Amino acid sequence: MQKIGVFVCHCGTNIAATVDVKAVAEALGREPSVVVSQDYTYMCSESGQNLIKDSIRDYGLTGVVICSCSPRMHENTFRKAAAQAGLNPYMVEIANIREQCSWIHKDKAEATEKAIILGRAAIAKVQLNTPLIAGESSVTKRALVIGGGIAGIQTALDIAEAGFPVDIVEQKPTIGGKMAQLDKTFPTLDCSACILTPKMVECAQNENIRILSYSEVESVSGFVGNFTVKIRRKARYVDETKCTGCGLCTEKCPVKKVPNEFNLGMDNRRAIYIPFAQAVPKIAVIDADYCNMLKNGKCGVCSKVCTAGAVDYKQTDTFVEEKYGAIVAATGYEISDVSRYDEYAYSQSKDVITSLEFERLTNAAGPTGGTLLRPSDGKHPHTIVFIQCVGSRCTPEKGKPYCSKICCMYTAKHAMLTREKYPDTDVYVFYIDVRTPGKNFDEFYRRAVEEFGVHYIKGAVGKVAPRADGTLEVQASDLIMNEQLHISADLVVLAAAIEPSKSARSLATLLTASMDTNDFFTEAHPKLRPVESPTAGVFLSGMCQGPKDIPETVSQASACAAKVIGLLSKNKLTGNPCVAHSDELMCNGCSNCANVCPYGAITYSDKEFRMPDRTTKTRRVAWVNPAVCQGCGACTVACPSGAMDLSGFSNSQIMAEVDAICK
Amino acid sequence: MNDLKDRVLRMSGSAVVKCMRCGKCSATCPSYDEMEYHPHEFVYIVERGDVEKLLSSESLYKCLTCFACVERCPRGVEPAKVVEAVRLVAERQQGGNRLKPDEIPALCDPDLPGQAIATAFRKYAK
Repeated sequence: MQKIGVFVCHCGTNIAATVDVKAVAEALGREPSVVVSQDYTYMCSESGQNLIKDSIRDYGLTGVVICSCSPRMHENTFRKAAAQAGLNPYMVEIANIREQCSWIHKDKAEATEKAIILGRAAIAKVQLNTPLIAGESSVTKRALVIGGGIAGIQTALDIAEAGFPVDIVEQKPTIGGKMAQLDKTFPTLDCSACILTPKMVECAQNENIRILSYSEVESVSGFVGNFTVKIRRKARYVDETKCTGCGLCTEKCPVKKVPNEFNLGMDNRRAIYIPFAQAVPKIAVIDADYCNMLKNGKCGVCSKVCTAGAVDYKQTDTFVEEKYGAIVAATGYEISDVSRYDEYAYSQSKDVITSLEFERLTNAAGPTGGTLLRPSDGKHPHTIVFIQCVGSRCTPEKGKPYCSKICCMYTAKHAMLTREKYPDTDVYVFYIDVRTPGKNFDEFYRRAVEEFGVHYIKGAVGKVAPRADGTLEVQASDLIMNEQLHISADLVVLAAAIEPSKSARSLATLLTASMDTNDFFTEAHPKLRPVESPTAGVFLSGMCQGPKDIPETVSQASACAAKVIGLLSKNKLTGNPCVAHSDELMCNGCSNCANVCPYGAITYSDKEFRMPDRTTKTRRVAWVNPAVCQGCGACTVACPSGAMDLSGFSNSQIMAEVDAICK
Repeated sequence: MNDLKDRVLRMSGSAVVKCMRCGKCSATCPSYDEMEYHPHEFVYIVERGDVEKLLSSESLYKCLTCFACVERCPRGVEPAKVVEAVRLVAERQQGGNRLKPDEIPALCDPDLPGQAIATAFRKYAK
């Protein structure tokens, strides 16, 4: 027979305003096995916890029911308190009478009745609770960072600085990410490459960091502290250990017309190439889609000119398997497709470009050597129109529902720099709102207007029509003047919405990490655990979690590293004892449980059983690896013979709760 | 919510509260210069509940019902449907006929596309 204590929390007025807490405490006090039932203003406060601890000691409680907020909020707090008073922490049950009761009801009588029912269900469950002991697991002291942009670079550097080995997996041939393509960075206007490339070099030189470029994560298994990851190293056709990065092959390769992705296709590269001068690692790669030797065996020039003998046409994809304690997703972002907005004529005119293309057009290493020239005819544009919010802030049918956050600031930068370098250029920015929250951000935007004479016009552009004379007719609203404007522009720049990397969704599936409807990774708590995924051991860095600028990305990347370091510095992790286990005598070997298990925790093996007639029989039965099981309970539902059960949430406990609710 | 606004919202099926005031509807409108109230103003005025103001405006008959604003609105507000609904409210008011049926043939331009004539009839017919 259990001795149960019930503790009803007011949560200030959060619960007490809608639920008659005294009535709840009184009603639950009459339930079987309940020896004490009390209410208190803040049960999570120190005095509230002391009340629980004292009651455990004074009444010799064997079970505790706390009617309060969601277990996600304070279950740990109360479990710790119980443990301090000598009670097994898994003898504590929470009845959620805040999120699932007081916050969603208005009528006090109704809410009070529901709170009593929820409390009664928790009591019924505690009657069947048994003490559980959490197991321990070891921690592999190595981290994996997926994505080598500024987010991944910063996270890797910080983890490496703390003394832990880190691998960066980058799908492109070089690390650097989008930041490597930017010209200047707002609001200080420092040269992007000048501040990024030293960090890239630092990654290459840090003995704790291994860069696996041109590689992708193939599979992930295991759990926090003990992940096993298989990484595909795509064939480069160049031996990484031999290539010196001299670049001779990239000059001699006869295939000259390959669109250069680093410059967004605005110029060409060879079939063998080094993405850009400061690439890390600076190792050539052969583009198999264009290389004549790989396509039809006719050429081999690069191999002949390579003095290091690094070219290897027979190279194939290889795999690396490694153990990690923590995994960081830093997959970054892409520019969304703007060609779907016909009215902006992106696919009709070369002179309608995205802002990232504009970055390349103003970058000294870009296709025009940093001189702003129209892509169509190579002439100086004299009137430039910037269009904001292209594909952002839309209904889901029309684009992205979110604000891409960075466009207001980079457009102010583009407009300002254009006016500074080419004062004879008229620059218009069509905006819906100018959003500049950030240190020195609004001041920066005001400078564009006040010092550099950029024309900011409140209103959207309705259409961009390419004219026969090569100009672009821009028809737009000026909402303040209540006019429709017609501007003859030479160049139109679209602030395209950003979107998560295309690879993020499949990676999330591999990591069993959750995502929102926009394919951004979800954080464990939007305010209090912003750099952790709800999946233990998986951390989030940079744009993959949501739109953010470089300073924010770097802060988040370092915060993420701090969390990883915290995990890797532990020698042992306490597991979750609420895991599934199979009753071998009832298991029929059907594999349903193994098929639904999202963590790969269930394996089958043949075992010998002694039958009633004293013969032995070999049967195939399930076994749950308690270190891998996350306690989701999917298997207990899938099991047709009732062999699978979950400690702490046993079938009988759940049925007892249902009975108590339906009483 | 007043009755007229309620009627316009019901007839148009438009969610004017979704408008984020970008003005793309008016930026795209081919009849802009002809109109006293422009598409974005229609949406805003209906949202404020001043439908009377629109009922007497010539703008109702300047809208070509080309639906460019509906096509391009990033928020799915569908301004042309708001204009259409206000127009229907105006037409359904007693004694407000703008044309008699026998005046119509003389006004029809033979080069006018059939769709435009049909649209015009919808605007003028009682």
